[in-house]
Amino acid sequence: MTKYILKRLLSIIPVLWVVATITFFLMRLAPGGPFDSEKQVPEEILHNLEAKYHMDEPLPMQYVRYLGMVAKGDLGPSFRYTSRTVNEIIAETFPVSAIVGLLGLFYALVIGLISGIFAASKPNSARDYLSMAFSMLGICLPSFVIGPLFMLLFAVKLEWFNVSGWAEPKDVVLPALTLGTMYAAYFARLTRAGILDVIKQDYIRTAHAKGLPEWLVMVRHTLKGGLLPTVSFLGPAAAAILTGSLVVESIFNIPGLGRFFVQSALNRDYTLVMGTVLFVAFLIVVMNLLVDVAYAFLNPRISYD
Amino acid sequence: MAAAVRLLGIFLSIVWVAEASAQSYTASKDQTLNIGNGAEPKELDPALATGTPEAHILDNLFEGLTALDEKTLDPIPAIAESWTVSPDGKIYTFKIRKNAKWSDGKNLTAEDFVWSWRRALNPMTAAEYAYQLYYIKNGEQFNKGQLKDPSLVGVKALDPYTLQVELVNPTPFFLKLTAFHALNPVPPHVVSKFPGQEWTKEGNLVSNGPFKLTEWKLNRHIRLEANPFYWDRAAVKLKDIYFYPTENVDTEEKMFTAGKLHITNTVPTLRTPYYAQMAKQAKGYQPYKDTPLLASYFYRFNVKRKPTDDWRVRRALALTIDRKAIVERIMHGGQIPATTFTPPVIGYSFKGDLPDNVTPAAIAEAKKLLAEAGYPEGKGLGKIEILYNTNEGHKKIAVAIQDMWKKNLGIDVGLFNQEWKVYLDTQRRMDFTISRAGWVGDYPDPNTFLDLFVTNGGQNLTGWSNKDYDQYIHQAGQTLDQAKRFENFHKAEAILMKELPVLPIYFYTYNRLVSEHIKMIENGQFREWSANIMQRFVYKNFAMVDVRK
Repeated sequence: MTKYILKRLLSIIPVLWVVATITFFLMRLAPGGPFDSEKQVPEEILHNLEAKYHMDEPLPMQYVRYLGMVAKGDLGPSFRYTSRTVNEIIAETFPVSAIVGLLGLFYALVIGLISGIFAASKPNSARDYLSMAFSMLGICLPSFVIGPLFMLLFAVKLEWFNVSGWAEPKDVVLPALTLGTMYAAYFARLTRAGILDVIKQDYIRTAHAKGLPEWLVMVRHTLKGGLLPTVSFLGPAAAAILTGSLVVESIFNIPGLGRFFVQSALNRDYTLVMGTVLFVAFLIVVMNLLVDVAYAFLNPRISYD
Repeated sequence: MAAAVRLLGIFLSIVWVAEASAQSYTASKDQTLNIGNGAEPKELDPALATGTPEAHILDNLFEGLTALDEKTLDPIPAIAESWTVSPDGKIYTFKIRKNAKWSDGKNLTAEDFVWSWRRALNPMTAAEYAYQLYYIKNGEQFNKGQLKDPSLVGVKALDPYTLQVELVNPTPFFLKLTAFHALNPVPPHVVSKFPGQEWTKEGNLVSNGPFKLTEWKLNRHIRLEANPFYWDRAAVKLKDIYFYPTENVDTEEKMFTAGKLHITNTVPTLRTPYYAQMAKQAKGYQPYKDTPLLASYFYRFNVKRKPTDDWRVRRALALTIDRKAIVERIMHGGQIPATTFTPPVIGYSFKGDLPDNVTPAAIAEAKKLLAEAGYPEGKGLGKIEILYNTNEGHKKIAVAIQDMWKKNLGIDVGLFNQEWKVYLDTQRRMDFTISRAGWVGDYPDPNTFLDLFVTNGGQNLTGWSNKDYDQYIHQAGQTLDQAKRFENFHKAEAILMKELPVLPIYFYTYNRLVSEHIKMIENGQFREWSANIMQRFVYKNFAMVDVRK
């Protein structure tokens, strides 16, 4: 197991290198650059700007220079937010996204698992249809609809929360709920499907035959196998949810990392695009590794030795 | 997606908007102003900043030699308490206030201006707005690297409180430029202490305006506090100002309704008609304000490409759009139909012969012009395409114009949109027939609009060139006599509007929601909030008051 984990950890390096290379060149292929603006900059001033950011060098040289910086853990200065480095921006905004994400994920898991189990415990019954109808609603309603709805109800009408912003601890609640709702719905459906799959297996019948009470069969036997689809979805979902979402962050005006994914690309903020992409790639790889390790614990049929 | 959000917003907000608007009775005690500022600023270095959100903050952090009068936009003394101009209009001598200080208490001297302007022009600084200092002798040469010695730039300190500036041309609007942030001083003792742009970080930044920076939280807020060392400290009534990056306009509106913002940056487009109607009909204080901005919304024609290479085609197109309908039925925000390129400013206005709506006479003339140009009934024109950057508002206008040209002239018009940076790239390469554009004036003077279209001007981007036009613009820059300048501008604009390398559509307005807690102080009296055509706000003479319901 240890050997497997070490091997996987080492494989992170080539994966990140490939991601960095593809992103670097794709980004430079896009028309326009960081210094384009409505007011055209005179030729000579553009040269000054390009020289300042080493953009007057040939592309391969810039690529090598960039990789050299990344190898040292330096993601470079942001083109747009000139007084900040990309490292600083990620350090300042990722914790915000992570807190919202963790809370959202926790909420999604609790709601998702409970309603999934609830539904699966009596398939094709009223409770099944009801909870699945709700989860379908959660999947169908995008966050840019749920967010403003929550805001209207809980912030403007009931005044329990601030409309937007990031000043008090309670400001985390509405964004986390908005972010988590869709995932809760997914988790519910995956959990239900997973459990229904397992419930027909012989070993479950055996467990029942032993005379175990219903809830113990569920906890000790059914859930272990039934959670596999949920767990495999959990990896990428966690990476996505922890790094924030453009929509939720812009609706609630919270200073997270999520909005930079789209904005940095629109601004052609080359270093920030690279930085955020590499950071997310790293998170996804690590999360997937955790998922694979979790598999081994949940399913005795899987082993990595 | 954005449209869906707005629709939903409208639907739901009708229910609650009337009753909301939280009231605070501590406004006068707190003296805290909360402002929706659109976007997160790129930077807070006055020499490097270029955008509107940055300018809004910088205007309150820093102060130049002059400031602009809130109403007339005439230059008034600021860091310079007085100045003299040589008879030929080329040498300006400024007297710096003895009590001008940096926010860390250090004295501000003429040397600081010399240092700051040399820095702004230094190629290593790579300031985009460096060309605003090209009016200074040798400024352009130094910035372009043709001249290495900064001491040759026409700015020097005669003594610690006397600054002398030598210009290339008389530049009648120079005293307005000195109020612009690109010409603000920066603190040499702070800037040189930190690497790169780190001096602008929270805790490091030292400024000389009515306010100083106390917090800068990325995408959260920027907090300014009254600057205790400001020379006119007594005039500053506000204790602090929060600038919020409000990129989501629907959220911004809700923040205002919940009483979290006193001034918004904009109003959601679909909500504008509602607010505009309320402002007209409802009794009592109405928060909705639409105020003109010195900016023009127009289309560029590519005069190097058929069929827009022919002025008759361009005029036919310009005659047959209903500007009034665009403004009233699409924009709703009080915008003004533009029948010329330059918005009215400081007493200058040009009256052309383009109609603001479509008349039968205009259609007849347009058809005649098309026939003369060799395109009778629009035959042979092919499909003309309008390029615009992806945006719901630009799309609506383009669709309306497409329809007007089809209806009035029988011309087929195609629309294509591009993402912002791609569009800028296409526009720069002049790979278009017709392209949407906007221009915001840098300083209150017709020159900031009309010098765009001089031959090979960096912002021309139409391929258009006219020797007489160039000559009039040049002559206008040679004299301090306002009447003579305006005469030259009129002649130039007459040429521009005859040849029409651009198609004027409307003059912009800024739509905002403004709380009744915020008041301006004039001659010791409170008065209602108002905006000047530059939409520049120095919150020096502002105060918060309580409002009883």
